[in-house]
Amino acid sequence: MTEAEAKELKVREKQELSTDTEQTRPGAIYTPDVDIFESETDITLLADMPGVTTEKMAIDLRDDVLTLTGEAETDGEASEEPIVMEYGVGKYYRQFTLSEVVDQEKITAELKDGVLRLVLPKVEKATPRKITVSAG
Amino acid sequence: MIYRRMFGLPTWNARSPFSELERMRQQMDNFLSRVSDSGMTSLHAGVFPSINLTEDKDHYYLRAELPGISADDLDIQATGNNLSISGERKIEAEKDNVRYHRKEREEGKFSRAISLPGDIDSDGVSAALTNGILKVSVPKAEKAKPKQISIN
Repeated sequence: MTEAEAKELKVREKQELSTDTEQTRPGAIYTPDVDIFESETDITLLADMPGVTTEKMAIDLRDDVLTLTGEAETDGEASEEPIVMEYGVGKYYRQFTLSEVVDQEKITAELKDGVLRLVLPKVEKATPRKITVSAG
Repeated sequence: MIYRRMFGLPTWNARSPFSELERMRQQMDNFLSRVSDSGMTSLHAGVFPSINLTEDKDHYYLRAELPGISADDLDIQATGNNLSISGERKIEAEKDNVRYHRKEREEGKFSRAISLPGDIDSDGVSAALTNGILKVSVPKAEKAKPKQISIN
């Protein structure tokens, strides 16, 4: 950021997912905040999923639909009594449709400090080949 | 009386505008006291970060979701019965030649003070940051702990 003074962070309520279909398992489902950017070679996705461990993180790509699912761990002990509860803990879920063809073999994902970084390399375009016609 | 008649004001309810105001003020007072009585809503200060506060017999536990923030960029202080959490969330700049499709994650500074409901032992406060969740364990002061009283 080039601004001399960093701006103040504001509270944003976690966005709860609203679906027509009902969940079979109880619990809140939230939509993680994401950044998606594209370079010439790949598409990168960053998602804020605090409390999710690598074991509870699932990334699925089929038919150009990318699905992110994560379950945040509730580390509270049963003996703890709530005093103030400002945020809910639950699952994260978000789906994207990819317009580019992605090289599935080279997808990399990293989860660090509650942020998922997913790199989807684009399929290398066939390099144009010049065909020379020789006079027969 | 003469003046009121001259200006066409009905003398018999000349006080009514004020009593109406009084009634509105009382309603407002009732509303405000209702809001502040329900502790849950009044404590949601709308200040980043959102916190969850729990307690057990010996400790208060404070949790906050702080994804992508490193421990070096966090400052936690305990003074009296207050805890203050401040820091900055930095999002590293990506390569120049990228084109953003979505930018929902935000960066910036934050600072929040939380006053705990009872006396604390500020020397024993410990904090851990795992998977983007901050957990601060605050031991209760000896005099604030519940005492088991045996019956003879």
